[in-house]
Amino acid sequence: MVTSTVTPKTIKSPAARTAWLNGRYPRVAAMAVVLVVAASLPLVMSDYRLFQFTLAYIYAIALLGLNLLIGYNGQFSLGHGAFFAIGAYTTAIMIDRWDIGYGWTIIAAGAICLVVGFLFGIPALRIEGMYLALATLALALATPQFLKYHLFEGWTGGVQGIVIDKPEAPFGLPLNPDQWLYFFTLAILLLAFVLGWNLVRGRTGRALVAIRDHRIAAQSMGINTALYKSLIFGVSALYTGVAGALSAIVIQFVAPDSFTLFLSIFFVVGIVVGGLGSITGAIYGGFFIQFVPNIADAISQAAPWAIYGIFLIVFMLVMPLGIAGFLAILWHRLIMGRLASDGNEGHPTET
Amino acid sequence: MDGSAAPLLAVENVSLSFGGIVALDKVSFGVEEGQIVGLIGPNGAGKTTLFNCLTRLYRVDEGDIHFQGKSILKLPPHRIAPLGIARTFQNLALFDKMPVLENVMIGMHSRTRSDFLSNALRLPWVGREERAMMDRATELISYLGLEPEMHRRVTDLPFGTMKRVELARALAGSPKLLLLDEPASGLNHKEVEDLIGLIREIRDQRKVTVLLVEHHMSLVMQVSDAVVALNFGRMIASGTPKEMQEDENVIKAYLGDGSA
Ligand SMILES: Nc1ncnc2c1ncn2[C@@H]1O[C@H](COP(=O)(O)OP(=O)(O)OP(=O)(O)O)[C@@H](O)[C@H]1O
Ligand SMILES: [Mg+2]
Repeated sequence: MVTSTVTPKTIKSPAARTAWLNGRYPRVAAMAVVLVVAASLPLVMSDYRLFQFTLAYIYAIALLGLNLLIGYNGQFSLGHGAFFAIGAYTTAIMIDRWDIGYGWTIIAAGAICLVVGFLFGIPALRIEGMYLALATLALALATPQFLKYHLFEGWTGGVQGIVIDKPEAPFGLPLNPDQWLYFFTLAILLLAFVLGWNLVRGRTGRALVAIRDHRIAAQSMGINTALYKSLIFGVSALYTGVAGALSAIVIQFVAPDSFTLFLSIFFVVGIVVGGLGSITGAIYGGFFIQFVPNIADAISQAAPWAIYGIFLIVFMLVMPLGIAGFLAILWHRLIMGRLASDGNEGHPTET
Repeated sequence: MDGSAAPLLAVENVSLSFGGIVALDKVSFGVEEGQIVGLIGPNGAGKTTLFNCLTRLYRVDEGDIHFQGKSILKLPPHRIAPLGIARTFQNLALFDKMPVLENVMIGMHSRTRSDFLSNALRLPWVGREERAMMDRATELISYLGLEPEMHRRVTDLPFGTMKRVELARALAGSPKLLLLDEPASGLNHKEVEDLIGLIREIRDQRKVTVLLVEHHMSLVMQVSDAVVALNFGRMIASGTPKEMQEDENVIKAYLGDGSA
């Protein structure tokens, strides 16, 4: 997690090169390449494929938030589907009822989830581990039922849900709505990624991990564990709420049964497969959530979930540290392989 | 303890029991600024319990604890480090998955201020703060001879090295009072010798007052200006190292208990 301050000019020894390769510049370069590729996909992909990629990005945003909570802070949540739902309904209702611009509804969805998440984080302080998992499970279980509840029907549309229009590209950009939403989502993912990356690499991120690794010692270092834990719950919900809001806009539809317990479970699967405590892992996880069920379906229409299960087991066996951890080790081997004779030892840096 | 100024730390009639076990029984003593005070006593005497009271991990049943003339008993645990009280733990309490450097940087938490928003936005002053932390942590790491291990995860390190990481982390918060809970346990002879020099240096050069729990008697007697002895939660003696070595109660406590 340490970014090197060595600049390319000063690299002399192999050890310095290792430090450099583990440092900031190769990562920024890799990210730039990925971004260029991502930005050119609309040129080569069908609108449907683009729509699928947009959804993968949306899941990645949700997973970023969930990973901040589970991976970095060690608070378990089986209920983040609820925040995704709150975000989605906030946007759908604001657009449907008051015709508010979708950009504003995303901000509102994020703000509402931040507050709700923070408030949920306060009682969550008293429960840990499995018990917190159960408490959040209750949240996930209750969500579809709340959304169907007849007293809220006037707002939520009950079982029917809410249908909204797909936004056109603004400023006369020569993009169709799918392409526009693809870029729009990509931009928000990039923002979410950079903010998350900065957060975990600073004093706040260290405090979050310290609480996860040793709460008592963290307190003795002066970390206000209660405040950090409820704040990160809020921030995590904010990410997931923004993702939910985007999903409503992209899918043009919200309904209670899109937000069942399964969604929350898929989120947890996504961060574990992507890599716990890894910011880039959220992106791999987003793709896993979006595409692996389709692949499983294509392999066997009769038993897609069995195929999905096999995928999961294989992933966990081959990459026990998630895709991000696997790639970090690979990257490290690549460098260490060349420098094996230096007797230089290290651990894969978190990515 | 009746000097002109109030002592840096004043423990006044502190009592604490767990169910039937009286862990601390009306313990009173003071630590003057600039002193190294040894806290000794057989296993289960209440030494660690007292440290936990000083750092507010335990709530005292009775009595008061003053630091720089103010009671600390109303403060939550995370408000202790900002006052300038740092500690190490008897059974190591490091952040296992983090490298040495970051463990030490967390020690500076109470001396830095960037928060969620400023970190996420990585404002210019946050970058400066990070660099200052990095510099100070690096300085402490080389002071304690941990440079080769700087980027290694603490779980991969030998026990004695981990203890030094804990010391570096405690010093990182620029404490006025350092609480060391059995820093010599598990160290070899050479490491103990180094530790003696180190504790003196920390006091003399870094102007840190030290309260030291230790079973290693020769270490305690060599470095301490004053020694306090506990047994079954009660203070049985206090005085200079020389006085303690001749104190009947102390001798009885150690012989009677069979441990030393
Ligand atoms: N959290 C707790 N719950 C119950 N009893 C406790 C607790 N903490 C300490 N005690 C008891 O209080 C007494 C004092 O324990 P403490 O750990 O302070 O001893 P110590 O002087 O540090 O001993 P050692 O030299 O073995 O570390 C012991 O009898 C211990 O069992
Ligand atoms: Mg003890």
